Amino acid sequence: MNQTEFMQLVNPFKDKLFRVAKRLLVSTEEAEDATQEVLVKLWNRNESLEQYNSVEALAMTMTKNFCLDQLKSKRASNMKIVHTNFTDREASVQQKVEDRDTWNWVEKIMNDLPEQQKLIVQMRDIEEMEFEEISTILEMNEQAIRTALSRARKTIREKMVKTHHYGIG
Amino acid sequence: MALDRIEKLLEKYFEAQTTLEEEKELKDYFASATVAPNFEQYKPLFGYSLQAKNEQFTATIKLPSKHQSKKSNRVVWLSIAASAVVFLGVGLFTFDSYNDNQAQDLGTIDDPEVAYRETQKALNMISISVNKGIGGMRYLKEYEQSKNRIFKK
Repeated sequence: MNQTEFMQLVNPFKDKLFRVAKRLLVSTEEAEDATQEVLVKLWNRNESLEQYNSVEALAMTMTKNFCLDQLKSKRASNMKIVHTNFTDREASVQQKVEDRDTWNWVEKIMNDLPEQQKLIVQMRDIEEMEFEEISTILEMNEQAIRTALSRARKTIREKMVKTHHYGIG
Repeated sequence: MALDRIEKLLEKYFEAQTTLEEEKELKDYFASATVAPNFEQYKPLFGYSLQAKNEQFTATIKLPSKHQSKKSNRVVWLSIAASAVVFLGVGLFTFDSYNDNQAQDLGTIDDPEVAYRETQKALNMISISVNKGIGGMRYLKEYEQSKNRIFKK
């Protein structure tokens, strides 16, 4: 496989990898580095890639493991991840600004979830993946995933309702 | 859309029992302009899910080319070969000269009388050369004499 073929292979899901990495690592730069790293690892496996029936699932698992390792080493060295970069998108209308504000709230709430729940919410609610795919990537059974997902969704709801009420009162 | 359906779907959603299609339905509903006020609070949640999917990986991907890795491999092997050659060269050289030293046979004398004479001859030769060196020192005596003459007075 040459470089262009490889790029064609990863192009459909590289954004997905990046978003998962960002969900876990929070900062855009770190997520970019992680994605880059995972893609290089994947590229080095080049010859053996054909034997996997889903390169995407493999890449997702690699990203997950890489980011979790990253977080572990970061905690070991006592570094804090500071979330500073919210993406800037064109917002001309007042409504858009308000929406984004509440979206940021959702994002913040999601950042407080445990890593596993973050991963599951990311893959199910944002990437819209089937439970089956998620369970192969996370190496968990479906029931456990559903339980974790339900817990995560309820946590988000609880906190959202709280901020919603703050808004009113 | 019927509100009770949405309510039911939401309930299922929070129990994580919805299918992807049902979740899509919810997202569509909350993206629409007509969200019932009692569901208003969930709007950002579904809105965020849709928005978050748009984020893209914009950095350029840098892949190390296969040639590069092959090249560096070759460099590694070349340096290993070169160092092996150097070590072999040095080793052979020292081994050779070591053997040379051993091979230098000076011979031996069996008869003790002849050996005694030969030793005397050799020592004699050494003492002659040493005396020759001392001979040059005789001039120093002259200095000593003149010095004594001067300082006695």
